[in-house]
Amino acid sequence: MIKTWQRFKASYLLFSFKQDKTAIFSFVVLLALLVTGLLAPVFSPYDPYDPANIDIMNSELPPAWMEEGEKAFMLGTDIQGRDLLSTMIYGLRLSILIGCGAVILQGVLGVVVGLLAGYLGGKIDAVLMRVADIQLSFPYLMVAIFISAIFQVAFGIGQYEDLAVPLLIVIIGLSEWPVYARTVRASVMGEKNKEYVEAARVIGLNRWRIMFRHVLPNTMTSVLVISTIQVANAIMSEAALSFLGLGMPVTKPSLGSLIRSGFEYIFSGSWWITLFPGVFLVLLVMVINLLGDWLRDVLNPKLYKG
Amino acid sequence: MQHLLEVNDLEVKFGLRFGDLTAINGISFSLDKSERMGLVGESGAGKSVTGFAIINLISKPGFISGGRVMFNGRDLTALSDEAMRDIRGNHISMIFQDPMMTLNPVLTIGTQMVETLLAHRSITRTEAKSIALEKLKKVQIPSPEKRLAQYPHEFSGGMRQRIVIAIALLTDPEIVIADEPTTALDVVSQVTEKIAVMYAGKIVESGPTDQVVNDPKHPYTQGLIKALPGSLQPGAKLNQIPGMMPTLTDIPPGCAFNPRCPLSDTICRQQEPPFIIINGATRRVACHMAKPDPSNGTT
Amino acid sequence: MFAFVVRRITQAIFVMLIISLVGFSIKNEIGDPVRDMVGERVTPAEREALRDKLGLNDPFVTQYLRFAKNAVQGDLGLSFFHKKPALAVIAAKAPATLELVFGAALIIIFISLPVGIFSAIYPQSAFSRFTMAFSTLGVSVPVFLTAIVLIYIFSVELNWLPSYGRGETVNLWGWHSGFFTVDGILHLILPSFALASIMLPLFIRLIRSEMMEVLETEYIKFAWAKGLRRKRIWFVHAFKNTLLPVITVFGVQIGIMFAFTILTETVFQWQGMGFMFLEAVERSDISLLVAYLMVVGAIFVVVNTVVDIIYGLVNPTIRIAGR
Repeated sequence: MIKTWQRFKASYLLFSFKQDKTAIFSFVVLLALLVTGLLAPVFSPYDPYDPANIDIMNSELPPAWMEEGEKAFMLGTDIQGRDLLSTMIYGLRLSILIGCGAVILQGVLGVVVGLLAGYLGGKIDAVLMRVADIQLSFPYLMVAIFISAIFQVAFGIGQYEDLAVPLLIVIIGLSEWPVYARTVRASVMGEKNKEYVEAARVIGLNRWRIMFRHVLPNTMTSVLVISTIQVANAIMSEAALSFLGLGMPVTKPSLGSLIRSGFEYIFSGSWWITLFPGVFLVLLVMVINLLGDWLRDVLNPKLYKG
Repeated sequence: MQHLLEVNDLEVKFGLRFGDLTAINGISFSLDKSERMGLVGESGAGKSVTGFAIINLISKPGFISGGRVMFNGRDLTALSDEAMRDIRGNHISMIFQDPMMTLNPVLTIGTQMVETLLAHRSITRTEAKSIALEKLKKVQIPSPEKRLAQYPHEFSGGMRQRIVIAIALLTDPEIVIADEPTTALDVVSQVTEKIAVMYAGKIVESGPTDQVVNDPKHPYTQGLIKALPGSLQPGAKLNQIPGMMPTLTDIPPGCAFNPRCPLSDTICRQQEPPFIIINGATRRVACHMAKPDPSNGTT
Repeated sequence: MFAFVVRRITQAIFVMLIISLVGFSIKNEIGDPVRDMVGERVTPAEREALRDKLGLNDPFVTQYLRFAKNAVQGDLGLSFFHKKPALAVIAAKAPATLELVFGAALIIIFISLPVGIFSAIYPQSAFSRFTMAFSTLGVSVPVFLTAIVLIYIFSVELNWLPSYGRGETVNLWGWHSGFFTVDGILHLILPSFALASIMLPLFIRLIRSEMMEVLETEYIKFAWAKGLRRKRIWFVHAFKNTLLPVITVFGVQIGIMFAFTILTETVFQWQGMGFMFLEAVERSDISLLVAYLMVVGAIFVVVNTVVDIIYGLVNPTIRIAGR
């Protein structure tokens, strides 16, 4: 453990992180957002899921600094009279949860497929990659929208809303796995002819052990790089689905569903219900994207190894 | 008498984050009309950079940091972009090292030839085409009319090389700079009248080709000539100069060649050798160990 | 070249078969054509008789073949809600979506080309730096948020542009176009910009990086050494080489824009295919959903195939390889 920490301290990764102001800024903001989101009950002034805190008389109150605002609700309230800040923090938690969950699912799925296809080759490779190629020829958002539409029709709207979190994880995971499969396959193809794999084969290790214990760790750099970008994509997808009414219900809103519910009211001038969740979402996605760009530049094996 | 081309104390640097690197360190030479000069040295010595410096076309972050390039009495390093454009490809052409990379893959050979003429002459497209045909015939491309409409990838490497040469000759330039990938000292010695030997961004020896080749004064030149396979019995080992040319980041103090030099002495590690003139100003050598001509002395 | 085209078209047909299989499975699993035809108030016996008559009790393969055969002939079933052939419903909505995509594509071309080329030629200029920073922000803003912000600024606050609908359209041989009336154009502006916003940063970056890479090549350096004028070097030598990868990506991204039309159309109440699709979801109109899947799938396959073939035609290296 200590050894790992020392190795990390001396690493090129940390060195270039310290050199890069954008990366440090993004990391700090992301950390703050993650902590706030995951510890939502601690940071939010109210529990937006508790009906006792909701008073319809408080609906559509502007932020506290505006004339009609009330001190109790710093960023104002939404149409149901919930404190907007609290609802946003809980929404942030949902967005992070679904985003990470979906990436873990698609990562596991894609890595296994990519590893099998790349290492075993032959017919398995041809079939698996054909499937990935066909799916990749459609935009993942389209696939996600379509799967969620089918799910919603199949489950019925009530049950769909109850199961929204796991279903969204599955939907987004299913719509984006080919990205991983392709990347992992490409790096497995590069690794599998190297001496260490040859050596492992000569010692007589079985192919599963070689695949998962020897080849897999060497593909992790590229997996890490795309994972960052994929988390941002997954959060965007979740927001889009929720905005379309195919995601989180208004009773348990994510940032996307909050924007959806606020949108109808911007014509009457209640801009804050849309704007604040929007800013939160953009900030979250942007810092993840910036960190992803930075990671890609630093870890890109081509650049790194010269 | 005015030379056609006179390079004086030319210096090229590359601006990098940690400071400037000197790629060409004060070289001088001259060229007269219909004279052929060869610039030799290992790769990385600065031959190509010198060629690009003459037509003021050094890729960033490189730049000409000193000296002059006089062509027909004009200093090319000080010309406006438009005036320099009119010299490039018109009065001074350059043949690039790699014929496979030199031609634009998405334009036909004809387009790439005609545009060169149209950029410098007020002639019609048809006239330009007939000049292009004539030059293609000159470099012995078979059925040139058909070939004009073809793309570079439809030609072999050797043919592309000849097309690049034909492009360089289109405008009948006063000077053609041929950048060759190999040192090819034996070839250079056969076709040139003058020779200059470069090492680590400097000219270390220059003079009439036959004199330099038959009686090299600089240990580096001697090493290059010994390394020629032609001077050996069949089956004998090649005489490589030991060691490597230093990279621009760590050029040793004193004479840049001293770590590889069989004659290296204390002075070689401390002082840069000045040019010594031998044989009445036609030959120069920059070596502490070379003996000056009794009649001249050092410059 | 001919072999290349044939191979590419075979692939496209294969993908269409897969899509139709997926579409049919959905219809088979969760659709209920009997309800679609006669509603809920029918006795089980009558239902069963109708199922037999419709061939719904036939083996899967038989049913699929029938479905595929009908699909090829343009029969994608009846829309439960509209009581019309699903394809006719989609065809009526298609012009709105196509015009939206077309408008966005125009905006993308006319903004990203000059901006991308400029920032490749002068990468250090203040404008280029600003563009790059802005595009980082741009990729992180979801299209529906851009749309809402546009509406808030230009419709709610400034009251310059309409915020929803297509405005006045002209009927051209059954194609309802908003391109020929001032009102139609005004209605098109905000949705097109919103839709374009999702692709603009990507294209500016793509064109810039491709062009910068090309400008570093030996053949561009040789073009300078030939004494060509800078405009010719930039716009003929460099640009033509930049265009090849850009065309490919553009084709694919036009397809991706179809996905984003669903979001854009929702915000602007734009009566196109995306809007129709969401209505179909709300009404559980399975036939229409499956028909939409097939049509959009076909659009993607055709666009991808055409882009590949065009790429093959423009790029002489591929042309020789495919011969």
